[in-house]
Amino acid sequence: MRDFEYEAPVTLDAAVSLLAEHDGRARPLAGGTDLIDHVRTGRLKPDLVVDLKKIPELNVLEMGAGGLRLGAAVPCWRIYGHEGIIRDYSALADSVRIIGGMQIQNRASVGGNLCNSGPAADSTPALIALEANCVIAGPNGRREVPAEAFCTGPNMNVLSRGELLVELRFPPRPPKSGSHYRRFIPRNEMDIAVVGVGAAVVLDESGERFVSARIGLGAVAATPLFARDASDLLAGQPVSEEAIRRAAAAARAIVRPIDDKRGTIEFRIHVTGVLVERVLWMAVDRARNVPHS
Amino acid sequence: MARKRIVTTTINGRKNEFLCEPRQTLLEVLRDVLDLTGTKEGCSNGNCGACTVLLDGRAVDSCLVLAVEVDGAEVETIEGVAPVEGLDPIQHAFLEQAALQCGICTPGFIMSAKALLAENPQPSEAEIRFSLAGNLCRCTGYDKIVRAVQQAAETRVAHR
Repeated sequence: MRDFEYEAPVTLDAAVSLLAEHDGRARPLAGGTDLIDHVRTGRLKPDLVVDLKKIPELNVLEMGAGGLRLGAAVPCWRIYGHEGIIRDYSALADSVRIIGGMQIQNRASVGGNLCNSGPAADSTPALIALEANCVIAGPNGRREVPAEAFCTGPNMNVLSRGELLVELRFPPRPPKSGSHYRRFIPRNEMDIAVVGVGAAVVLDESGERFVSARIGLGAVAATPLFARDASDLLAGQPVSEEAIRRAAAAARAIVRPIDDKRGTIEFRIHVTGVLVERVLWMAVDRARNVPHS
Repeated sequence: MARKRIVTTTINGRKNEFLCEPRQTLLEVLRDVLDLTGTKEGCSNGNCGACTVLLDGRAVDSCLVLAVEVDGAEVETIEGVAPVEGLDPIQHAFLEQAALQCGICTPGFIMSAKALLAENPQPSEAEIRFSLAGNLCRCTGYDKIVRAVQQAAETRVAHR
Protein backbone atom coordinates (compact mmCIF):
# COMPACT_ATOMS: atom_id res chain seq x y z
CA MET A 1 0.00 0.00 0.00
CA ARG A 2 1.22 3.55 -0.72
CA ASP A 3 2.86 5.48 2.08
CA PHE A 4 0.77 7.82 4.22
CA GLU A 5 0.89 9.49 7.62
CA TYR A 6 -1.60 8.59 10.34
CA GLU A 7 -3.12 10.76 13.03
CA ALA A 8 -5.79 9.88 15.58
CA PRO A 9 -6.97 13.18 17.09
CA VAL A 10 -9.14 13.10 20.19
CA THR A 11 -11.09 16.30 19.51
CA LEU A 12 -13.32 17.35 16.66
CA ASP A 13 -11.48 20.67 16.28
CA ALA A 14 -8.15 18.90 15.87
CA ALA A 15 -9.64 16.61 13.21
CA VAL A 16 -11.16 19.53 11.30
CA SER A 17 -7.82 21.40 11.44
CA LEU A 18 -5.90 18.38 10.18
CA LEU A 19 -8.31 17.87 7.30
CA ALA A 20 -8.33 21.58 6.43
CA GLU A 21 -4.54 21.97 6.60
CA HIS A 22 -4.00 19.09 4.23
CA ASP A 23 -6.33 20.62 1.69
CA GLY A 24 -7.79 17.55 0.06
CA ARG A 25 -4.76 15.30 0.65
CA ALA A 26 -6.17 13.86 3.89
CA ARG A 27 -8.91 11.24 4.23
CA PRO A 28 -10.94 10.49 7.34
CA LEU A 29 -10.95 6.91 8.62
CA ALA A 30 -13.81 5.34 10.58
CA GLY A 31 -14.26 1.60 9.98
CA GLY A 32 -11.88 1.61 7.02
CA THR A 33 -13.77 -1.07 5.12
CA ASP A 34 -13.90 1.12 2.01
CA LEU A 35 -10.98 3.47 2.66
CA ILE A 36 -8.27 0.86 3.20
CA ASP A 37 -9.36 -1.07 0.12
CA HIS A 38 -9.45 2.10 -1.99
CA VAL A 39 -5.95 3.14 -0.86
CA ARG A 40 -4.64 -0.33 -1.59
CA THR A 41 -6.05 -0.32 -5.12
CA GLY A 42 -4.83 3.24 -5.74
CA ARG A 43 -8.31 4.68 -6.21
CA LEU A 44 -7.57 7.05 -3.31
CA LYS A 45 -4.12 8.52 -2.70
CA PRO A 46 -4.14 10.28 0.67
CA ASP A 47 -0.96 11.68 2.24
CA LEU A 48 -2.63 11.58 5.63
CA VAL A 49 -5.25 9.29 7.15
CA VAL A 50 -7.15 10.86 10.05
CA ASP A 51 -8.62 8.20 12.34
CA LEU A 52 -11.84 9.61 13.79
CA LYS A 53 -12.66 6.82 16.23
CA LYS A 54 -11.13 8.51 19.28
CA ILE A 55 -13.38 11.58 18.98
CA PRO A 56 -16.23 11.31 21.51
CA GLU A 57 -18.83 13.14 19.38
CA LEU A 58 -18.42 10.63 16.57
CA ASN A 59 -19.13 7.70 18.89
CA VAL A 60 -22.38 9.06 20.35
CA LEU A 61 -25.36 6.70 20.32
CA GLU A 62 -28.18 8.26 22.31
CA MET A 63 -31.92 7.89 22.16
CA GLY A 64 -34.17 10.26 24.07
CA ALA A 65 -37.13 12.63 23.89
CA GLY A 66 -35.33 14.60 21.19
CA GLY A 67 -34.93 11.55 18.99
CA LEU A 68 -31.82 9.57 18.06
CA ARG A 69 -28.25 10.84 17.81
CA LEU A 70 -25.95 8.54 15.87
CA GLY A 71 -22.25 9.45 15.78
CA ALA A 72 -20.76 9.14 12.33
CA ALA A 73 -18.16 6.54 13.40
CA VAL A 74 -20.51 4.21 15.31
CA PRO A 75 -20.10 0.73 13.80
CA CYS A 76 -23.05 -1.27 12.45
CA TRP A 77 -22.98 -3.86 15.25
CA ARG A 78 -23.72 -1.25 17.92
CA ILE A 79 -26.75 -0.18 15.91
CA TYR A 80 -28.42 -3.49 15.09
CA GLY A 81 -27.84 -4.63 18.67
CA HIS A 82 -29.65 -1.58 20.11
CA GLU A 83 -33.15 -2.50 21.32
CA GLY A 84 -34.47 1.04 20.98
CA ILE A 85 -33.27 1.37 17.40
CA ILE A 86 -34.68 -2.03 16.44
CA ARG A 87 -38.07 -0.94 17.76
CA ASP A 88 -38.26 2.74 16.82
CA TYR A 89 -35.88 3.09 13.86
CA SER A 90 -36.38 -0.35 12.35
CA ALA A 91 -35.36 0.62 8.80
CA LEU A 92 -31.93 1.66 10.09
CA ALA A 93 -31.45 -1.61 11.98
CA ASP A 94 -32.65 -3.58 8.91
CA SER A 95 -30.07 -1.90 6.69
CA VAL A 96 -26.98 -2.16 8.90
CA ARG A 97 -27.67 -5.84 9.57
CA ILE A 98 -27.07 -6.64 5.89
CA ILE A 99 -24.11 -4.40 5.04
CA GLY A 100 -21.34 -6.91 4.24
CA GLY A 101 -20.81 -9.79 6.65
CA MET A 102 -20.12 -9.91 10.37
CA GLN A 103 -16.49 -8.79 9.93
CA ILE A 104 -17.55 -5.71 7.97
CA GLN A 105 -20.41 -4.88 10.37
CA ASN A 106 -17.97 -4.95 13.27
CA ARG A 107 -16.03 -2.07 11.71
CA ALA A 108 -18.12 -0.22 9.14
CA SER A 109 -20.15 2.84 10.14
CA VAL A 110 -23.31 4.44 8.79
CA GLY A 111 -21.41 7.73 8.58
CA GLY A 112 -18.81 6.06 6.38
CA ASN A 113 -21.49 4.42 4.25
CA LEU A 114 -23.04 7.85 3.69
CA CYS A 115 -19.74 9.68 3.08
CA ASN A 116 -18.61 7.12 0.51
CA SER A 117 -21.82 8.16 -1.24
CA GLY A 118 -22.25 5.04 -3.30
CA PRO A 119 -25.58 5.02 -5.16
CA ALA A 120 -26.30 1.52 -3.74
CA ALA A 121 -25.37 2.27 -0.11
CA ASP A 122 -27.81 0.25 2.00
CA SER A 123 -28.17 2.63 4.92
CA THR A 124 -28.90 5.80 2.93
CA PRO A 125 -32.50 4.98 1.84
CA ALA A 126 -33.20 4.16 5.50
CA LEU A 127 -31.76 7.53 6.57
CA ILE A 128 -33.95 9.27 4.00
CA ALA A 129 -37.07 7.39 5.12
CA LEU A 130 -36.37 8.17 8.78
CA GLU A 131 -35.80 11.87 8.02
CA ALA A 132 -32.21 11.95 9.26
CA ASN A 133 -30.27 15.20 9.31
CA CYS A 134 -26.51 15.18 8.73
CA VAL A 135 -24.55 17.36 11.14
CA ILE A 136 -21.38 18.58 9.43
CA ALA A 137 -18.43 20.36 11.07
CA GLY A 138 -15.83 22.33 9.16
CA PRO A 139 -13.42 25.25 9.35
CA ASN A 140 -16.37 27.66 9.06
CA GLY A 141 -18.51 26.08 11.77
CA ARG A 142 -21.41 23.67 11.70
CA ARG A 143 -24.25 23.09 9.31
CA GLU A 144 -27.00 20.54 8.79
CA VAL A 145 -28.09 18.87 5.58
CA PRO A 146 -31.04 16.49 5.17
CA ALA A 147 -29.96 12.95 4.27
CA GLU A 148 -31.62 13.13 0.85
CA ALA A 149 -29.51 16.17 -0.07
CA PHE A 150 -26.16 14.76 1.10
CA CYS A 151 -25.09 12.79 -1.97
CA THR A 152 -24.54 14.73 -5.19
CA GLY A 153 -23.34 12.00 -7.53
CA PRO A 154 -21.65 8.59 -7.50
CA ASN A 155 -19.09 8.85 -4.67
CA MET A 156 -19.69 12.60 -4.43
CA ASN A 157 -21.35 14.61 -1.70
CA VAL A 158 -21.85 18.06 -0.20
CA LEU A 159 -18.77 17.95 2.05
CA SER A 160 -16.25 20.60 1.12
CA ARG A 161 -12.57 20.55 2.00
CA GLY A 162 -11.94 20.30 5.71
CA GLU A 163 -15.53 19.34 6.47
CA LEU A 164 -16.52 16.09 8.10
CA LEU A 165 -19.73 14.37 9.07
CA VAL A 166 -20.13 14.42 12.87
CA GLU A 167 -23.45 12.71 13.48
CA LEU A 168 -26.88 11.87 12.16
CA ARG A 169 -29.92 13.18 14.01
CA PHE A 170 -33.29 11.50 13.73
CA PRO A 171 -36.58 12.94 14.97
CA PRO A 172 -38.47 10.97 17.64
CA ARG A 173 -40.58 8.12 16.30
CA PRO A 174 -44.13 9.43 15.88
CA PRO A 175 -47.02 7.44 17.40
CA LYS A 176 -48.42 4.76 15.06
CA SER A 177 -45.36 4.79 12.83
CA GLY A 178 -43.16 2.06 11.45
CA SER A 179 -40.31 1.64 9.00
CA HIS A 180 -38.45 -0.97 6.98
CA TYR A 181 -35.51 -1.35 4.60
CA ARG A 182 -35.15 -4.17 2.13
CA ARG A 183 -33.00 -4.77 -0.94
CA PHE A 184 -32.98 -7.16 -3.83
CA ILE A 185 -29.81 -9.21 -4.35
CA PRO A 186 -29.41 -12.53 -6.19
CA ARG A 187 -27.63 -14.09 -3.18
CA ASN A 188 -28.85 -14.51 0.38
CA GLU A 189 -26.27 -12.12 1.86
CA MET A 190 -22.95 -10.31 1.22
CA ASP A 191 -23.92 -8.51 -1.96
CA ILE A 192 -24.52 -5.03 -3.32
CA ALA A 193 -28.12 -3.92 -3.71
CA VAL A 194 -29.60 -4.24 -7.20
CA VAL A 195 -32.41 -2.08 -5.80
CA GLY A 196 -32.84 -0.99 -2.18
CA VAL A 197 -35.94 0.61 -0.66
CA GLY A 198 -36.44 2.23 2.74
CA ALA A 199 -39.82 3.51 3.87
CA ALA A 200 -41.36 4.99 7.00
CA VAL A 201 -45.08 5.52 7.47
CA VAL A 202 -47.19 7.33 10.05
CA LEU A 203 -50.79 6.10 10.41
CA ASP A 204 -53.76 7.72 12.09
CA GLU A 205 -55.11 6.40 15.39
CA SER A 206 -57.25 3.75 13.70
CA GLY A 207 -54.21 2.39 11.86
CA GLU A 208 -56.27 2.43 8.66
CA ARG A 209 -55.16 5.71 7.08
CA PHE A 210 -51.76 7.18 6.19
CA VAL A 211 -50.93 10.47 7.89
CA SER A 212 -47.63 10.67 6.04
CA ALA A 213 -44.93 8.53 4.46
CA ARG A 214 -41.32 8.82 3.31
CA ILE A 215 -39.78 6.54 0.71
CA GLY A 216 -36.03 6.36 -0.01
CA LEU A 217 -34.64 4.51 -3.04
CA GLY A 218 -31.14 3.11 -3.60
CA ALA A 219 -29.20 1.78 -6.61
CA VAL A 220 -31.65 3.24 -9.12
CA ALA A 221 -30.01 6.59 -9.90
CA ALA A 222 -26.69 8.41 -9.60
CA THR A 223 -27.52 9.09 -5.95
CA PRO A 224 -29.96 7.60 -3.45
CA LEU A 225 -33.34 9.26 -4.03
CA PHE A 226 -36.15 10.62 -1.89
CA ALA A 227 -39.35 9.61 -3.73
CA ARG A 228 -41.18 12.75 -2.73
CA ASP A 229 -44.23 12.45 -4.99
CA ALA A 230 -44.74 8.80 -4.15
CA SER A 231 -44.53 9.68 -0.46
CA ASP A 232 -46.93 12.62 -0.73
CA LEU A 233 -49.46 10.52 -2.63
CA LEU A 234 -49.97 8.38 0.47
CA ALA A 235 -50.77 11.22 2.89
CA GLY A 236 -54.43 11.11 3.87
CA GLN A 237 -55.08 7.93 1.88
CA PRO A 238 -56.62 4.79 3.37
CA VAL A 239 -54.16 1.93 3.86
CA SER A 240 -55.13 -0.07 0.78
CA GLU A 241 -53.65 -2.11 -2.05
CA GLU A 242 -54.69 0.65 -4.42
CA ALA A 243 -52.99 3.50 -2.55
CA ILE A 244 -49.81 1.51 -2.13
CA ARG A 245 -49.80 0.48 -5.80
CA ARG A 246 -50.15 4.13 -6.83
CA ALA A 247 -47.19 5.09 -4.65
CA ALA A 248 -45.12 2.29 -6.18
CA ALA A 249 -45.97 3.53 -9.68
CA ALA A 250 -44.94 7.07 -8.71
CA ALA A 251 -41.64 5.73 -7.34
CA ARG A 252 -41.01 3.78 -10.55
CA ALA A 253 -41.55 6.97 -12.53
CA ILE A 254 -38.60 8.83 -10.97
CA VAL A 255 -35.89 6.17 -11.05
CA ARG A 256 -33.06 6.49 -13.57
CA PRO A 257 -31.08 3.27 -13.16
CA ILE A 258 -28.15 2.00 -15.19
CA ASP A 259 -27.71 -1.31 -16.99
CA ASP A 260 -24.92 -3.33 -15.44
CA LYS A 261 -24.02 -6.87 -14.47
CA ARG A 262 -26.33 -6.66 -11.45
CA GLY A 263 -29.44 -5.81 -13.40
CA THR A 264 -30.90 -4.16 -16.47
CA ILE A 265 -32.69 -0.83 -16.46
CA GLU A 266 -36.01 -2.56 -17.11
CA PHE A 267 -35.46 -5.04 -14.28
CA ARG A 268 -34.46 -2.36 -11.79
CA ILE A 269 -37.51 -0.25 -12.60
CA HIS A 270 -39.77 -3.27 -12.13
CA VAL A 271 -38.10 -4.32 -8.87
CA THR A 272 -38.41 -0.75 -7.55
CA GLY A 273 -42.18 -1.07 -7.74
CA VAL A 274 -42.26 -4.53 -6.18
CA LEU A 275 -40.02 -3.51 -3.30
CA VAL A 276 -41.80 -0.23 -2.61
CA GLU A 277 -45.05 -2.17 -2.17
CA ARG A 278 -43.53 -4.84 0.07
CA VAL A 279 -41.56 -2.35 2.16
CA LEU A 280 -44.61 -0.12 2.65
CA TRP A 281 -46.69 -3.09 3.80
CA MET A 282 -44.02 -4.11 6.29
CA ALA A 283 -43.76 -0.53 7.56
CA VAL A 284 -47.58 -0.48 7.97
CA ASP A 285 -47.44 -3.76 9.85
CA ARG A 286 -44.82 -2.37 12.21
CA ALA A 287 -46.74 0.88 12.67
CA ARG A 288 -49.74 -1.16 13.78
CA ASN A 289 -47.95 -3.77 15.85
CA VAL A 290 -44.55 -2.66 17.16
CA PRO A 291 -45.22 -1.05 20.55
CA HIS A 292 -44.07 2.48 21.08
CA SER A 293 -41.33 3.24 23.61
CA MET B 1 8.47 7.73 4.30
CA ALA B 2 6.08 8.03 7.24
CA ARG B 3 7.81 7.38 10.53
CA LYS B 4 7.29 4.03 12.17
CA ARG B 5 5.01 3.83 15.17
CA ILE B 6 5.26 1.78 18.30
CA VAL B 7 2.05 -0.14 18.84
CA THR B 8 1.28 -1.74 22.20
CA THR B 9 -1.31 -4.45 22.14
CA THR B 10 -2.29 -7.77 23.66
CA ILE B 11 -2.09 -10.67 21.22
CA ASN B 12 -3.45 -14.03 22.32
CA GLY B 13 -3.30 -12.93 25.94
CA ARG B 14 0.28 -11.68 25.84
CA LYS B 15 1.41 -8.05 25.95
CA ASN B 16 3.11 -7.22 22.72
CA GLU B 17 4.91 -4.25 21.25
CA PHE B 18 5.75 -3.88 17.60
CA LEU B 19 6.96 -1.26 15.17
CA CYS B 20 5.00 -0.59 12.01
CA GLU B 21 4.38 1.94 9.28
CA PRO B 22 0.91 3.48 9.12
CA ARG B 23 0.32 1.83 5.74
CA GLN B 24 0.81 -1.69 7.11
CA THR B 25 -2.35 -3.65 7.77
CA LEU B 26 -2.87 -5.76 10.85
CA LEU B 27 -2.68 -8.79 8.54
CA GLU B 28 0.76 -7.79 7.24
CA VAL B 29 2.09 -7.17 10.74
CA LEU B 30 0.73 -10.45 12.11
CA ARG B 31 2.25 -12.48 9.30
CA ASP B 32 5.42 -10.58 8.34
CA VAL B 33 6.47 -8.87 11.57
CA LEU B 34 5.17 -11.15 14.31
CA ASP B 35 5.44 -14.40 12.36
CA LEU B 36 1.88 -15.38 13.24
CA THR B 37 1.26 -16.97 9.86
CA GLY B 38 -1.83 -18.91 10.89
CA THR B 39 -3.89 -15.93 9.77
CA LYS B 40 -4.19 -16.24 5.98
CA GLU B 41 -4.29 -13.69 3.21
CA GLY B 42 -7.04 -14.35 0.69
CA CYS B 43 -8.57 -11.50 -1.28
CA SER B 44 -7.16 -8.62 0.78
CA ASN B 45 -10.30 -6.60 0.15
CA GLY B 46 -12.74 -7.76 2.79
CA ASN B 47 -14.69 -10.33 0.81
CA CYS B 48 -13.25 -13.71 1.75
CA GLY B 49 -12.68 -13.60 5.51
CA ALA B 50 -9.52 -15.76 5.40
CA CYS B 51 -7.73 -13.14 7.50
CA THR B 52 -10.42 -12.98 10.20
CA VAL B 53 -9.12 -12.27 13.71
CA LEU B 54 -10.87 -11.09 16.86
CA LEU B 55 -10.31 -7.46 17.75
CA ASP B 56 -11.54 -6.77 21.28
CA GLY B 57 -13.59 -9.93 20.92
CA ARG B 58 -15.23 -9.05 17.61
CA ALA B 59 -14.46 -10.70 14.27
CA VAL B 60 -12.80 -8.37 11.76
CA ASP B 61 -10.97 -8.78 8.46
CA SER B 62 -7.38 -8.02 9.46
CA CYS B 63 -6.66 -6.90 5.86
CA LEU B 64 -9.03 -3.97 6.47
CA VAL B 65 -7.50 -2.84 9.77
CA LEU B 66 -4.39 -0.67 9.96
CA ALA B 67 -1.94 -2.09 12.46
CA VAL B 68 -1.62 1.35 14.10
CA GLU B 69 -5.34 1.19 14.91
CA VAL B 70 -4.93 -1.73 17.32
CA ASP B 71 -2.83 0.23 19.81
CA GLY B 72 -4.31 -0.57 23.23
CA ALA B 73 -6.60 -3.28 21.86
CA GLU B 74 -6.77 -7.04 22.33
CA VAL B 75 -6.21 -9.24 19.32
CA GLU B 76 -6.88 -12.95 19.12
CA THR B 77 -5.62 -15.03 16.21
CA ILE B 78 -5.96 -18.70 15.33
CA GLU B 79 -2.73 -19.34 17.27
CA GLY B 80 -4.55 -18.38 20.47
CA VAL B 81 -7.55 -20.66 20.04
CA ALA B 82 -6.27 -24.05 21.21
CA PRO B 83 -5.67 -24.63 24.93
CA VAL B 84 -2.17 -25.68 26.03
CA GLU B 85 -3.16 -29.33 25.61
CA GLY B 86 -5.38 -30.51 22.77
CA LEU B 87 -7.79 -28.49 20.67
CA ASP B 88 -10.68 -26.11 21.10
CA PRO B 89 -14.09 -27.80 20.56
CA ILE B 90 -14.48 -25.79 17.35
CA GLN B 91 -11.17 -27.04 15.96
CA HIS B 92 -12.04 -30.57 17.03
CA ALA B 93 -15.41 -30.37 15.30
CA PHE B 94 -13.81 -29.12 12.05
CA LEU B 95 -11.55 -32.19 12.09
CA GLU B 96 -14.35 -34.63 12.92
CA GLN B 97 -16.67 -33.26 10.28
CA ALA B 98 -13.85 -33.01 7.71
CA ALA B 99 -14.86 -29.39 7.26
CA LEU B 100 -11.79 -28.51 5.24
CA GLN B 101 -9.85 -29.55 2.19
CA CYS B 102 -7.05 -27.15 1.33
CA GLY B 103 -7.43 -25.41 4.68
CA ILE B 104 -6.64 -21.83 3.73
CA CYS B 105 -10.07 -20.58 4.76
CA THR B 106 -10.13 -22.64 7.95
CA PRO B 107 -8.46 -20.25 10.43
CA GLY B 108 -10.85 -17.51 9.35
CA PHE B 109 -13.88 -19.78 9.68
CA ILE B 110 -12.78 -20.89 13.12
CA MET B 111 -12.34 -17.30 14.31
CA SER B 112 -15.76 -16.33 12.95
CA ALA B 113 -17.34 -19.43 14.49
CA LYS B 114 -15.72 -18.56 17.80
CA ALA B 115 -17.14 -15.04 17.70
CA LEU B 116 -20.55 -16.37 16.73
CA LEU B 117 -20.71 -18.99 19.50
CA ALA B 118 -19.52 -16.49 22.10
CA GLU B 119 -22.48 -14.28 21.27
CA ASN B 120 -25.02 -16.95 20.38
CA PRO B 121 -24.10 -20.33 21.94
CA GLN B 122 -26.89 -22.24 20.18
CA PRO B 123 -27.36 -20.76 16.74
CA SER B 124 -29.79 -22.20 14.22
CA GLU B 125 -28.49 -23.42 10.87
CA ALA B 126 -29.78 -20.22 9.25
CA GLU B 127 -27.99 -18.09 11.86
CA ILE B 128 -24.75 -20.00 11.29
CA ARG B 129 -24.98 -19.51 7.53
CA PHE B 130 -25.82 -15.80 7.91
CA SER B 131 -23.01 -15.19 10.41
CA LEU B 132 -20.41 -17.04 8.35
CA ALA B 133 -21.38 -15.31 5.10
CA GLY B 134 -18.24 -13.19 5.34
CA ASN B 135 -16.05 -16.29 5.03
CA LEU B 136 -15.61 -17.97 1.68
CA CYS B 137 -14.53 -21.57 1.04
CA ARG B 138 -13.76 -22.66 -2.51
CA CYS B 139 -13.21 -26.38 -1.79
CA THR B 140 -15.80 -28.13 0.31
CA GLY B 141 -18.99 -26.24 -0.01
CA TYR B 142 -20.43 -25.10 3.25
CA ASP B 143 -22.47 -28.01 4.58
CA LYS B 144 -19.60 -29.65 6.45
CA ILE B 145 -18.51 -26.34 7.89
CA VAL B 146 -22.03 -25.63 9.11
CA ARG B 147 -22.23 -29.12 10.63
CA ALA B 148 -18.90 -28.56 12.38
CA VAL B 149 -20.16 -25.35 13.95
CA GLN B 150 -23.35 -27.13 15.01
CA GLN B 151 -21.29 -29.92 16.58
CA ALA B 152 -19.06 -27.40 18.35
CA ALA B 153 -22.14 -25.67 19.75
CA GLU B 154 -23.52 -28.98 21.03
CA THR B 155 -20.18 -29.97 22.58
CA ARG B 156 -19.88 -26.65 24.32
CA VAL B 157 -23.38 -26.95 25.74
CA ALA B 158 -22.71 -30.53 26.86
CA HIS B 159 -19.52 -29.45 28.66
CA ARG B 160 -21.19 -26.76 30.67
